[in-house]
Amino acid sequence: MQFFQDHILSVILFTPTVGAILMLFIRGDRENVHRWMGNLFGMLGFLVSLPLVIRLGENWNTFNPALTDFQFVEDVEWIPSIGARYALGVDGISLLLVLLTTLLGAIAILSSWSAITQRVKEYYILMLLLQTGMLGVFLALDFFLFYVFWEVMLVPMYFLIGVWGSDRRLYAAIKFFLYTLAGSVLMLLAILGMYFTYAQQTGVYTFDIRTLLEAVPGFSPALQQWLFWGLFFAFAIKVPMFPFHTWLPDAHTEAPTAGSVILAGVLLKMGTYGFLRFSVPMLPDAVKEYSQIMVWVSIVAIIYGALVCMMQKDMKKLIAYSSVSHLGFCTLGIFALTPHGLSGSLLQQINHGLSTGALFLIVGVLYERRHTRMIADFGGLSTPMPGFAAIYLIVSLASLGMPLLNGFIGEFTILRGVFEVNKHWAAWGVVGIVLGAAYLLWLYQRVMFGHVTHEENRHLPDLNLREYATLVPLVVLCFWIGIYPKPFFEIIDPPMHRIVNRVNPGYYLVDPVKPLPAPSAETGTTSATPGSAAVPPQEQR
Amino acid sequence: MLLLEHLWILLALPLAGAAANGLFGRHWSKRTVDAVAVGASGLAFAAALELWREFAQLTAAELPWVRSYFSWIVAGEFRADFALQVDQLTLVMVLVVTGVSWLIHIYSTGYMAGDAGYARFFAYLNLFLFFMLLLVMAANYPLLFVGWEGVGLSSYLLIGFWFLRKSAADAGKKAFIVNRIGDFGFLLGIFLLYWTFSAADFRSVFAAVRQMPVETEAGVLTAIGLLLLAGAVGKSAQLPLYVWLPDAMEGPTPVSALIHAATMVTAGVYVVARSAVIFVHAPLAQDAVAVIGCLTAVYAATIGLVQTDIKRVLAYSTISQLGYMFLACGVGAFAAGIFHLMTHAFFKALLFLAAGSVIHALGGEQDIRRMGGLRRKIPWTYGTMLVATLAIAGAPLFSGFFSKDAILFAAYASGQQLLWGLGTLGAVLTAFYMFRLIFLVFHGQPRFDEQAVHVHESPRVMTVPLVVLAVLSVVGGWLAAPKLWGGADLLERFLTPVLEAPAWLAAFPAEELHALELRLSGAAVLAAALGFLAAWWLYLQQPEKPAMLAARYAAPYRLLWNKYYVDELYAAAVVRPLLWLSERVLWQKVDVAVIDGAANGAAHTARRLGDQLRRMQSGNARSYAAWVIVGAAIVTAALVWWVQ
Repeated sequence: MQFFQDHILSVILFTPTVGAILMLFIRGDRENVHRWMGNLFGMLGFLVSLPLVIRLGENWNTFNPALTDFQFVEDVEWIPSIGARYALGVDGISLLLVLLTTLLGAIAILSSWSAITQRVKEYYILMLLLQTGMLGVFLALDFFLFYVFWEVMLVPMYFLIGVWGSDRRLYAAIKFFLYTLAGSVLMLLAILGMYFTYAQQTGVYTFDIRTLLEAVPGFSPALQQWLFWGLFFAFAIKVPMFPFHTWLPDAHTEAPTAGSVILAGVLLKMGTYGFLRFSVPMLPDAVKEYSQIMVWVSIVAIIYGALVCMMQKDMKKLIAYSSVSHLGFCTLGIFALTPHGLSGSLLQQINHGLSTGALFLIVGVLYERRHTRMIADFGGLSTPMPGFAAIYLIVSLASLGMPLLNGFIGEFTILRGVFEVNKHWAAWGVVGIVLGAAYLLWLYQRVMFGHVTHEENRHLPDLNLREYATLVPLVVLCFWIGIYPKPFFEIIDPPMHRIVNRVNPGYYLVDPVKPLPAPSAETGTTSATPGSAAVPPQEQR
Repeated sequence: MLLLEHLWILLALPLAGAAANGLFGRHWSKRTVDAVAVGASGLAFAAALELWREFAQLTAAELPWVRSYFSWIVAGEFRADFALQVDQLTLVMVLVVTGVSWLIHIYSTGYMAGDAGYARFFAYLNLFLFFMLLLVMAANYPLLFVGWEGVGLSSYLLIGFWFLRKSAADAGKKAFIVNRIGDFGFLLGIFLLYWTFSAADFRSVFAAVRQMPVETEAGVLTAIGLLLLAGAVGKSAQLPLYVWLPDAMEGPTPVSALIHAATMVTAGVYVVARSAVIFVHAPLAQDAVAVIGCLTAVYAATIGLVQTDIKRVLAYSTISQLGYMFLACGVGAFAAGIFHLMTHAFFKALLFLAAGSVIHALGGEQDIRRMGGLRRKIPWTYGTMLVATLAIAGAPLFSGFFSKDAILFAAYASGQQLLWGLGTLGAVLTAFYMFRLIFLVFHGQPRFDEQAVHVHESPRVMTVPLVVLAVLSVVGGWLAAPKLWGGADLLERFLTPVLEAPAWLAAFPAEELHALELRLSGAAVLAAALGFLAAWWLYLQQPEKPAMLAARYAAPYRLLWNKYYVDELYAAAVVRPLLWLSERVLWQKVDVAVIDGAANGAAHTARRLGDQLRRMQSGNARSYAAWVIVGAAIVTAALVWWVQ
């Protein structure tokens, strides 16, 4: 027990790897054994991550949002000659992403049971390795280790798309690989830039993120700007921000269902995580310099993604473009550089993982039955599949921001944070919400409503128990965040406030709660100047 | 004080009903589904009555009565509690909503009997009741918005209830999206409210607004008012966002009665009245309310003149009547607006239910050109529908007479004679299209195949709610009756703590006011009589005349018949260009051709470059030697240049 408490992050990180290694020793033709093993370790991976937030008895320490430092830290020497360490830890930024990863991992593995019939052994091994890669990205406290995981994770994803994908899988896989690789090369340069500059200043060679978080903001503004762009491309491609998004529709469309779930649910978040963890707190001056550009790129992504969504004929492609739009909200919230924008953004990342993950599962359910993703091949499915219809409707509503479901809380908080900086930005964001309703409901209508138009759809079986098991937890979480998001904000808020303190030190100089306008002074607070960029209103007064 | 402490019980009842029928209704008998659904709504109504009793014991200092149950959104310093409140306005709304809703639940057990989605229907209906109560009981704007979106969702589900019909599914989607366009304003309005006041709960916001001076030119309150109005215009189907409501008639008729006539569509009026303090402090926004309302009232009435689908006539009538409520709020007579909201809930619900009974009797027929002569065959339906028609037309002593009078009086007395004139014109049109409907449906000769259609009166569960609503359609207006004798309007007085009397009222001496009131009542009665006589002459005396008129004035007739071509205009100006832009430009050009083209082009170039470079490694010793010489020459040249 004590060992588990001390090394919980390593246990979380390597549980999937242990499973993968064990599976190496089992013969490939024993497919069901691999299925059970894969699911066992997927589920185990989720269960061992729960003690981060659930007490396991008297002396168990769960995550404490009040602490400012990283928690559950493990830190040992790894490659002393270059100063790389094996350092892991979580804070409010990474905790929820870690939990999301383990949950979606388990669900994605469960959803593959009957969908994957070829090379079953290799499939589950790669899925488990992918889990470790992604968890490593969120857990690493050492830039070198971070980079290793960032790259390692590409490989299983590449094979998942390239081997188990559909028709154009090779094109999609290579495109995905090259796009991300191009970004990460620049990131490597930026990391080395920090590494050597820090060494030059102090004589210490270290990749330690905690150290660099304190040191890098002191670098010269010119260097900060170079570092910003170096990191930017890696993260922007991952998010993906407009116009680096075109790998996403292809990768999503071609990937197997579980791959799409992980891709949308977790992989994209590595980009926004990068912004939140590195770009914004480490390079506050550069971020302030470029925040306007970033905001406008985000707004373009929101509207552009939603519009392109509208006319898609392939369900998966439609949902892929909707991710571009939704992630636009996340980056919009980040670069508004206000506490609400940042908190909302992180919550929205979780929300997007849940609801878009569920949407891909839903397409997967249909694909497995009919082997097509074309909207025109469906229609009237409400009649044969009522249970599916109900869950699909709830998930669509969650995604389009219906109150009492999760998406609303995220979008509302983001836009509220954006609004205090610039009203026009918020107004453009709300346009995205209007369009979101249009494309999601239209999709739902074309797939579910009307008479059954294709004979082969008339007797499609409704969801089976395993499919319910993959979808219901996500639906429950959607409701939870929609109705009672407080526990989530309690985790998210403190680190976001620290970020704002770094980037906008003036933000909290004035009492954060604005006083009610006094009888005579109301004109002062009302003459808002739209277009006042990244200066919070408190500074204007 | 059980319910005052536990306001959530009112919400929990219909929510529990919705959950029970939604999850298990499929496996239950009709009787059980009925018991759950009608029971839930009936208990909600009983709870509302009990709430009223408890409310009466509160002192003025305790109002508004707010109970907060848990903190819903807490992000940084932003806070929105799950808090419910009761004041006079809420109480009136709760009573109307639960009462009408209960009657319509009962009626639906007859109307929807035998439908395959019976349990699903009642689950949605209860869900609607839950969200509607949340909307009127919410104590802050974000929570109100939850109810607001929730009723929109229920409406979407119920319009598209017969989802096998494409038109129904289309109509549901249209309603949702058009409402979302209004919500665009509503959401920004909430943000602006919060940005200005650092609070979004009614008590703090209104207290702060009261401290502010009236904005003589556009300021932040005007902006907030206009943004909230945008939401209200969407939900209450006013110009220019009314287009979804006529299509919403695709839903089952009880839904049209409950959601698209009596309750949900009045939510916009409720929000404007709830925010009365803001509008009073922003006269420009308030004028916008009045103008939009008045124009909508006349505009929709003109379309109603020529429609032939019984439900669509009523739909345009609803849009028009909602316009009157907006007009009332716009001239400062918020209480009159709520009064008309209440009487309208009674008589319009009755009109729809009676129309449903007609449709039921004719086996699904909705076209009034194929009706006629039904008055003896379905006497209960006829009698009750006639009462409702008299009420909406403003016949003296019927409820609509009092409430519409109050609105027209307010328009005139506030100095907006033009709006009063338009409103009175609208009253003429209202009487005309309503009696046209009555005459075409119930009088004259049957224009359907009497052999094929077996006309039958509806069962008791459907006629009893009709009778109850008919009674309410008459006596509902009597709350204001004392006014005729110079007394007090009871409802207005009840609502005064929330909705203050308009400022211009104080300018009038009491006796002058009363004289003016009587004169205007006379004018309104005259207007109604005019409309009635025109309909009587055209449809009973000279039944061949309408067709002749339509032929002679073909152009204006076609314009009205095609609803001013607004749907076509929106499709051509907004929907199609947007879809074209999405597909042809953004997707196929920007995404596929430009961005992907560039990426693939880069890949292609790299490959070609590699191909070229590959040729250098040909394995041919002489070519290697040549490259060595070229390389040496370049290096030498560089060295020479560098040394110099």
